[in-house]
Amino acid sequence: MTERHIVAEFGNEFDLIDSVKAVREAGFEIVDTYTPFAVHGLDKAMGLGKSRLNQVSFMFAFIGLAIGVYGQFWISAVSWPINIGGRPWNSLPAFMPVAFEVMVLLCGLGTVFSFFAWRRVKYGKRKSQPNLRATNDRFYVVIKQGQQRKESSVAIDIVSSFHGKMVDD
Amino acid sequence: MADHTGVRDPLIHGNKNHTDVTNDVCEIMERKPTWLWWLGFGLAFSALSLGIVAVTYQIMTGIGTWGLNKTVGWAFDITNFVFWVGIGHAGTLISAILFLFRQKWRTSINRSAEAMTIFAVMCAGLFPIIHMGRPWLAYWMFPYPNFRGSLWINFRSPLAWDVFAIGTYLIISATFWYFGMIPDLATVRDRAKSKIKKFFFRVMSLGWNGSFRVWHRYETVYAILAGLAAPLVVSVHTVVSFDFATSSIPGWHTTTFPPYFVAGAVFSGFAMVLTLMIIARKTLRLEEYITLNHIEKMTKVIILTGGIVTLSYATEFFMAWYSGNGYEQFVFLNRALGPFSWAYWIMVGCNLITPQFFWFKAVRRNVVIVFILSIFVNIGMWFERFVIIVTSLHRDFLPSSWSMYTPTWVEIGTLIGSFGLFFTLFLLFIRAMPMISMGEVKSVLRYSGNREKS
Repeated sequence: MTERHIVAEFGNEFDLIDSVKAVREAGFEIVDTYTPFAVHGLDKAMGLGKSRLNQVSFMFAFIGLAIGVYGQFWISAVSWPINIGGRPWNSLPAFMPVAFEVMVLLCGLGTVFSFFAWRRVKYGKRKSQPNLRATNDRFYVVIKQGQQRKESSVAIDIVSSFHGKMVDD
Repeated sequence: MADHTGVRDPLIHGNKNHTDVTNDVCEIMERKPTWLWWLGFGLAFSALSLGIVAVTYQIMTGIGTWGLNKTVGWAFDITNFVFWVGIGHAGTLISAILFLFRQKWRTSINRSAEAMTIFAVMCAGLFPIIHMGRPWLAYWMFPYPNFRGSLWINFRSPLAWDVFAIGTYLIISATFWYFGMIPDLATVRDRAKSKIKKFFFRVMSLGWNGSFRVWHRYETVYAILAGLAAPLVVSVHTVVSFDFATSSIPGWHTTTFPPYFVAGAVFSGFAMVLTLMIIARKTLRLEEYITLNHIEKMTKVIILTGGIVTLSYATEFFMAWYSGNGYEQFVFLNRALGPFSWAYWIMVGCNLITPQFFWFKAVRRNVVIVFILSIFVNIGMWFERFVIIVTSLHRDFLPSSWSMYTPTWVEIGTLIGSFGLFFTLFLLFIRAMPMISMGEVKSVLRYSGNREKS
């Protein structure tokens, strides 16, 4: 990795959003931004697409529901059917609460662990954060530096016009 | 009140900026505990110790140490179980349902309300396990392949549903709580001075660095978890109410039980949140974060759910009369006028009359009165479960087997012990973890429309 970055610090989220917009319009690529909280509107400014986690989570919910319904059916009607008060082997309505709980459990844990797995694969090895204040009260933008010196000074000018301070990478 | 200025009252008072929020919240964990904390911890831990003695004694001797008899087979223990599960519901309601409704005021109370949920569900889970009499065999409740021919559990039983509902609820609430805390744990990590603290929070925060690409996905996962927790919380108390509603005991066999129980759970849970938050904001000096507006909003939820509970009480009596069923009618007359009528009228007094005071704005914004009323609601909701369980059982179909029920010291000691466990865990939580969600509070600072100083 010989790629060079421009890192700038902001005191509030509005300057960050404005400068991200301006820098992207000028044709620069934003590597990432670092913020102490989920800034609303920054996803649009950075041009981040919708997450596919929704589909992942739906898949886990479906698997959970299938296990819940089929597992109870197999246990109660196939593996060892026991006559309890003359009820049918396959008492589907009575299986609904447990099937629902299994679905929620698998979907919740599955979604969270997919998130952890995705994050480790993609971001674990990166230099962790520009500054300790990124989790406190400062906002950072990391911009990919262009080939020529002149280009990067354009980005620095834009960032500075929104009260951004340069940080040594 | 009509708002003519166009600027809302800020959610967080004191004109805070991002730095102030981090400092205010982290300082609670960093400064030495006050004498008030030690006093509370001492009381809570003594109560917990009494509970440990009581539980050890009853497990070694057997549940014959309780005041149960042939007629009253369920009493104190199940009352405590339903009570604690109900307390837990407010936490999930605040963290998940209010999140889905975009109620921004939840941000300063959701973390501690969620912690309360987890501790309350832990207390609740103890009671059915103790009730088994042989708690070391509790794992028999799970369907696992075994050498008894693979004898499975009975999935048609509401008691088996309970295992799954409470288990899932505990796991998902704990996940939601921890997941919501990761960014804040990173904040604490980056401030930590001591080596042990640095290590602990580095492990707990999973390498969180504030990257917005991660934040973006994180928000999606958070919303999915909220979407899952919202129906989950409704399902849990519905399943708890099925323990009663699917039986054929007059007084229990009621189709209104699921909504009635869920509303009652939210009612009692919000009362407990109020009790805890009023103490916390006073002793930890968090008045600017947990404002009078927060308290007022929670009392409004209490009026609503208290109204639903009142309607349920009335519906039960109406249906008993309207059904024309003599046994059903007897049970309800016996509740109001029989030997346990004192418990019934405590319940009515606390749950029907108390919330009516909250119609007055002066009451809603008076912290002392709200605190006292919230304790009355807690008491009333405990008695509601006691009334439902004991008065429906103690005079059964055969008058020769009618009997009374008196709790023994073991049962009372276990109840006190569960309160001890709850408060001990809560007090430790305040010391060890950021009790206000810093990340979320920072995002609502500008809610009032003021550009913050920086």
